Parts: sequence; C-alpha cells; structure tokens
Amino acid sequence: MTALITTPKADPDATRRLLDSERRSRRKKAYERPGMLSYALLAAFFIGSAFPLWWSFVIGSRQSSDTNLVPPAIVPGPNFLDKAAEVFATVPFWQALANSIIISGAITVSVVFFSTLAGYSFAKLRFRASNGLLLAVIATMAIPTQLGIIPLFMLMAEWHWIGTLQAVIVPGLVTAFGVFFMRQYLVDVIPDELIEAARMDGASMWGTFWHVAVPAARPAMAVLALFTFMAAWTDFLWPLLVLGPRNPSVQTALAALSASGGQTPDNSMVLAGAVLSVIPLLILFIVAGKQLVAGIMQGAVKG
Amino acid sequence: MTSSTLTKPSHPSTPPRSPKPAKPDLTFKQKLARFDYRVSPYLYIAPFFILFALIGIFPIAYTLNVSLYDWHLLKGQGDFVGLNNYVEVLSDPFFWNAFRNTISIFLLSAIPQLIIATGLAALLDQALRGKTFWRMSILLPYIVAPVAVAVIFAQIFNQYHGPVAGLLEAFGLEPIRWAFDVLPSHFAIASMVNWRWTGYNALILLAAMQAIPRDVYESAALDGANKIRRFWSITVPMIRPTLIFVVITSTIGGLQIFTEPKLFDGRTNGGSDRQFQTIVLYLYELAFPRRDFGRASATAWILFLIIILAGLINFAITRAIRTADAKPVPIASGPAAAQRAKGAAS
Repeated sequence: MTALITTPKADPDATRRLLDSERRSRRKKAYERPGMLSYALLAAFFIGSAFPLWWSFVIGSRQSSDTNLVPPAIVPGPNFLDKAAEVFATVPFWQALANSIIISGAITVSVVFFSTLAGYSFAKLRFRASNGLLLAVIATMAIPTQLGIIPLFMLMAEWHWIGTLQAVIVPGLVTAFGVFFMRQYLVDVIPDELIEAARMDGASMWGTFWHVAVPAARPAMAVLALFTFMAAWTDFLWPLLVLGPRNPSVQTALAALSASGGQTPDNSMVLAGAVLSVIPLLILFIVAGKQLVAGIMQGAVKG
Repeated sequence: MTSSTLTKPSHPSTPPRSPKPAKPDLTFKQKLARFDYRVSPYLYIAPFFILFALIGIFPIAYTLNVSLYDWHLLKGQGDFVGLNNYVEVLSDPFFWNAFRNTISIFLLSAIPQLIIATGLAALLDQALRGKTFWRMSILLPYIVAPVAVAVIFAQIFNQYHGPVAGLLEAFGLEPIRWAFDVLPSHFAIASMVNWRWTGYNALILLAAMQAIPRDVYESAALDGANKIRRFWSITVPMIRPTLIFVVITSTIGGLQIFTEPKLFDGRTNGGSDRQFQTIVLYLYELAFPRRDFGRASATAWILFLIIILAGLINFAITRAIRTADAKPVPIASGPAAAQRAKGAAS
C-alpha cells in the first residue's frame, strides 16, 4: 500500500534525475574534460610568459656576468636593492614615475569623461546629423594618428611646450575608439524610458546625464579607464620626441638607462631598471587583472 | 458603433486643425529648457570633435602639406618642391630596405602568433580547473611595456652574454650574431612582439570560441567527428570573423612597429647597417637626426597609403575566401556539416 502511494511520487523525481544526469554527462562530453596534456601545455606557456620577467629580476639581483649561465640563472641574488639604488643614481626615476602617473592619469580622466559625454549623446539623444557624425567617428578610428607626429611636433615647438608634460598629455586627450566604445555600451544599457522619465520630472539635460547616464556607464568607464591608462603608460615614440632627458617618463627613462654606460653597460643594473619600470603595472595587473581579461574578451579594446 | 467611429472626426467638438498652431507663451524657464534640449547633444559631442580635429585630423592633413616642401626641422619651411620628396623617398634604397624589414618582421610575428594564439585559445576553451588563473597567466606579458620588453629581450639575445648565446655554446653550436645579421635580428624582434601579444590575441579568440553553441560540438561528436576534426570543421570556420579582426589589427600595428627595433640596439636607428630599420624608424631618422621634415612627411604619407592598401588587401582576401566557401560542400551529411556550411556562410 505504501509502495503504491509512494511510487507515483518517486517516479517523476527519478526520471528527472536520470534525465538531468544524462544531460549533464552529455554536456561534459561536449565540453571536453581537459587531460594532463592540456595542463602541461598551459603550464609551459605560463613559464614562457613569466620567464623573461623573472629572469630580469634574477639578473637584476645578481651580477652582469651571470647573464649567460647554462642553465639560465633562476635563483635571485642579494643585490637587487643595490642595483635599484644605481638605477636611481643614473636616471631621475622617481621623477619619471611621478611624470608617468600625471600623464597617464590626466589622459585617462580626459578620455573617459569626453568619451562618456559624446558616447551618451550619440547613444541616447536625438539630433540632426547624428548618424553621419557617428560614422565620422568610426572612420577616424582607423586613422593611424601616430603618422601625424611631424606637425604635432612643430605645434609643440611653436607653443614652447617641448620638455613639458602637457606636450604629452594634450595629444592624448580624446580617442575616437573611446567614444565609439561608450556609445556601444550605453545604447543597450540605458532604457529610453528612463531618460524620458527624468525629463518629465524636470531634470535638465546635464542633470539627466550626470544622474542617469554616468551611474549606468560606470562599468564601461572602468574598463575604458584601465586600457587608456595602460596605453598612455606604455607609449614611447611621442614622449621620446617631446620629453627631454631631464623630465622623462618611465619609458624614456628606461630607454636612457639602457643606453647609459656606452660600450660597457651594467646589464644587471639595466635589467633591475626594467623590473622597476614594470612594478606599477604589475600592481595594477594583480588588482585588476580579472577586469583586463574580461575587457579584452568583451572586445573592449582594439589592438 | 461603427458609424459613431466613422463620424467622430467630423464631430463638432473637435477643434479644427490649423496648419500653424498658435505658439503658446513660454516662460523663460521653458524657453531655457527647450534650448537645453536642442543644443545639449551638440555641446556633448563638441569637445571630442574639436580636440580630435586638433590632435588627430590636422596633423595628418598638415603632414601632406609639409611633404610638398623642402622643410628643415630648425630652418622651417623652404621651397615648394611638389612631389619631389616622394620621388626621393621612393628611389631611396634605404626606404625599400626599411620596407622589406618591416614586412619580414611582420610576417615572422603575425603568422606564428596567430597559429599559437588559436591553439592556446582552444586549450583554454575547455572545462579547466582554475580558468581565471590560466587566463591571467597568458596576459602577463601584455602589461610589460614595449620599452621594457625590448630592453629585456636585447639582453636575452645578446650575442656574447645572453642566455641564448650560453645555450648555443653549451650545445656546441655556432654563435648567432643576433644584432648584426638580418634574419636573426628580425627573428629576435618578432619574438618580442610575439611574447607580448600572443596571450592577448588568444583571449580575443577564446571569446569567439565561447560564443559557439555547445550543441554544435555535441552533434558533431555524435556523428563521430573526433577532437581534431571538430576543431578544423567547427571551431576554425566559426571564429573566422574574429581571426580576420586579429589579422587586421596586427597588420595596422605591425606596419608601424618602432619601439622594439629602436631599442634592440639603442645606439643605432635599426642596426649598424640598418639590418632591422623599419619604416617608422626610417621616418624617425629622417625627421630628427637628419632634420628633413619634408621627406619624413612624404614617408609618413606613403606609410599611410600602405596601411590603407593593406586593409583593402585584407578585405579582398577575406571576401575571396568567403565566396569560395559559399560553394556547396560535397561531403555534407549530418548536422556538423550543415553547421560548417552555416558557419562559413555567415
């Protein structure tokens, strides 16, 4: 009797469980379970990715004559702080660090602000010629602006900006990519009704932008900020042209360091400098590496 | 019911439509709001366009002007020479040397990078343990600036003191003159590019792979397609648009390579005998050490046109591949083949 009562109840459960497990196992089959070979290959790739950086630290903490040991040196020595002190004595590294932070910070704030503003206008506001102007933005994304360095240099010379930080900051204030990126994000993420509602409540256009659009745009703003900062930080050609040796960025300081010493450079010290120059972005990577990966996978950046 | 609806428009109480409705008197506040509504969209895009005109469009356009004159870094504008600067650049063997070097370095970096990045993405496109760690691990080189990459790799490939030299010696092999011989130097520079960008491109390709519906693989597996077959028949065709995106972006970047060859031997502009001088390095050498802005500007525009041409060639090849694939595939049977055709056509 009890069996009769419980059977109909137990049956669908069991069937569902069976179906579930079948579906699960099939999904597993499709979504290959990686074997040891996969992990071995990934580990090998990780070692390859990390080795040049680790080796630089190792040599930077030992001595120049250890560079061609076989097998290569992999255990750090005791000299890193001494080598770092030599770096600071050879190039104005602290100043370079401060300069790079100011340059990259200013460019990031500007690009993110103007991109959000223009991207919001393109995504959510109606105005004449908006489609044509957006096309103009997309077309300019493909222009290699690096090729305009000669007139830009003449402009900086005319304004007596050579050797100053604004000579690096101003040419980086806006990017077409930033505008397009924010537009693509905001067009989906803010419902038109929300903007209408804010307007009905008597909010000004600026109020709507500031209180509705900016909070909604925050995740995309963070991703854009991350990549803009990195691009500004790692830039070399333009800072090389307009920043003198006495007021360098981190990149131009490292380049100067590698050229110091003439025919007999202190390789250990140069590599210690390379490691020092990487530390700021390494910290950023540890803090926001997940966001970097997500940003690249969302197609947030163009190469 | 029907009649009442029909008669409604002519109902006497409906106000007559005037072609020009009388403008209601607006308060100052309302006028301000209307002005705000009309003008704000333009005000919001204006900063971008004004700044971009100054720092993006003007320099490129003015480069064209400079390229038509004798123009010295310090002495400034000289005589109008028409296309003479272009003729001089195009008949300069050093320009063609730089052109060859750029293409060689580009091919040595783009081709292995694309193959390895695709394989790496396929490795990551599995139910891995600790997938965040693996994804981050391959992105590590991307945070190292090209200057640091070049400085480090110049040491690794140092002919006398580098670890590679040490290994070659240990195996009793002839030393390779990395910074003196053409092909070895191109290989060393390409390896810098590959080291920094392979993981980055693998993540882009991984995102494309993850967008492929899993049941496509499932059906293919049921049809008896093995792992390798599924990779070539499903994965590769379906990530093709992303592969093309990666190819195009790395072409645009590769043609403008500067930092790595500049710092591989920082005392020269691309080697003691221009063994690895690229086009942008050639431009740099003309403009700054040699102070010839006219010819440097002509070089900039030639490179600009080369980049556009490369984009068009990419586009043409892409279209050709697509048209070829759109033809019916004779082996078609089962859902995997159907998906393949679909993937190729889309």
